[in-house]
Amino acid sequence: MFPYLPHEDAISAPFWAATRERKLVIQYCSTCDQHQWYPRAICISCATENLTWREVSGQGTVDSWTTVHRAPTEGFVPPYVIARVLLSEKVIMLTRLVGIESPACDQVVELSWQELSDGRALPVFG
Amino acid sequence: MKTPVIVGAAECDLGVTNKSILELQAQAVSRALADAGLKISDVDGIATNAISRFSASSLADYLGIEPKFTDSTFAGGSSFEMYVARAYHAVASGQCNVVVISFASNQRSAKSRSLGGVVEHHTPEAQFETAYGPLFPLSYYAMAAQRYIHDFPNGRAALSEIAISAREWALLNPKAYRYGTASLTVAELESADMMSSPLQASDCCLVTDGGGAIIITNSEIAKGLKSKPVSILGFGESTTNTSMTTHRDLRVTGAKQSGDIAFAMAGVSRSDIDVVELYDSFTITTLLSLEGLGFAGKGEGAEFVLDGKTRPGGTFPLNTNGGGLSYCHPGQYGILLLIEAVRQLRGECGDRQVANAKLAVAHGTGGILSTNATVILGAN
Repeated sequence: MFPYLPHEDAISAPFWAATRERKLVIQYCSTCDQHQWYPRAICISCATENLTWREVSGQGTVDSWTTVHRAPTEGFVPPYVIARVLLSEKVIMLTRLVGIESPACDQVVELSWQELSDGRALPVFG
Repeated sequence: MKTPVIVGAAECDLGVTNKSILELQAQAVSRALADAGLKISDVDGIATNAISRFSASSLADYLGIEPKFTDSTFAGGSSFEMYVARAYHAVASGQCNVVVISFASNQRSAKSRSLGGVVEHHTPEAQFETAYGPLFPLSYYAMAAQRYIHDFPNGRAALSEIAISAREWALLNPKAYRYGTASLTVAELESADMMSSPLQASDCCLVTDGGGAIIITNSEIAKGLKSKPVSILGFGESTTNTSMTTHRDLRVTGAKQSGDIAFAMAGVSRSDIDVVELYDSFTITTLLSLEGLGFAGKGEGAEFVLDGKTRPGGTFPLNTNGGGLSYCHPGQYGILLLIEAVRQLRGECGDRQVANAKLAVAHGTGGILSTNATVILGAN
């Protein structure tokens, strides 16, 4: 189902570690009072390194979605739904929608998890 | 300051060639130089990519020249419109006198294209997007189309019209991959394979070999040449994203910035343009570019195309070679936009010639709507 195991690095390690406890954490800049996705070495508003991690609500809306009908590489089993979800923290994540028969833009969704074979997990929404 | 102009344009072999990238590149350069009436020893600048890690060096070595200027900006399909800007500055300043902008791919013969794209494991996209299994770049364009159709309900019909229009032009272009076929029918469009919804196979560009080259020199050198020079009136560009998540509004692309800059530089208005060549990697790309460049208002692109004005004989000739959808799509189609614009302005396009074409736009996009670059050209 999820054949690709993402690499991680020093910047992203806290995110991946939290997924083992099924917690979605996002970088937060206290100077700018805003979240950012994906994890980076600096805040993209003020360019400082004063970033912390915050667990987020897991509430969001579907910005857009697509049902994938061809496998991008071996191991993926279409059809499945890819989406851009706008979190209430005002960042957009790429994710999957699970358990939704007819997805729609602007639909309200909430966080769930799909386990990877190494114990980490991917945040998905449904 | 010298005045840069375009003096040569040519395609290499297109379609299924079973030739190497460098053989196709050399064909393109040789044919463009012949078109211009220049010799290989006149070339002192090269702009190209996608040959190898050191693409400009590779091509210079293969051609047996030692250029004073090279560029290998790697921005996907818009790279070649960006090269026009780079070459313009190099020629205007006198850094060099004759720049070849070229591209070739053998992706269909070599079966080198994957639906998942190229994954570089260290990048943020590989860490946070690849695992979900998007088709790359297709699924991003599909999400843009989905959002567009959600907000503007005649969007789906407009995407189909863009595919139909491209096919009609290809039927007039003997070099088009779909030349000699037939008009696209509603039944064909409705039964086309779904790839990444709402985009079907008929919304997606071809996967072919191909490429080409153009030659830029200064107007003094151009005076002694047999070819009719084409003026470079304006250019602009925009780079917006590489992640699928950073650009907030999928319906608004960098075409707005690149187009606004190019039109301001050229000092012409949208209604002055006679022929428009827009990168059509997918039907949605064309629709968003029409709006971004200001030919149609935001959300009004669908209505703009639905009356058939972009087809042959219409009031807004668009993608007159048949486009990436029906003519040729060798992976980075941007060079072929420029070649068709030059040929239309020289009046060389036979059955598909737009009468009295004086001003043309070539607009490239690259990546996942990541880069946009606009060039405005004028006939002499």
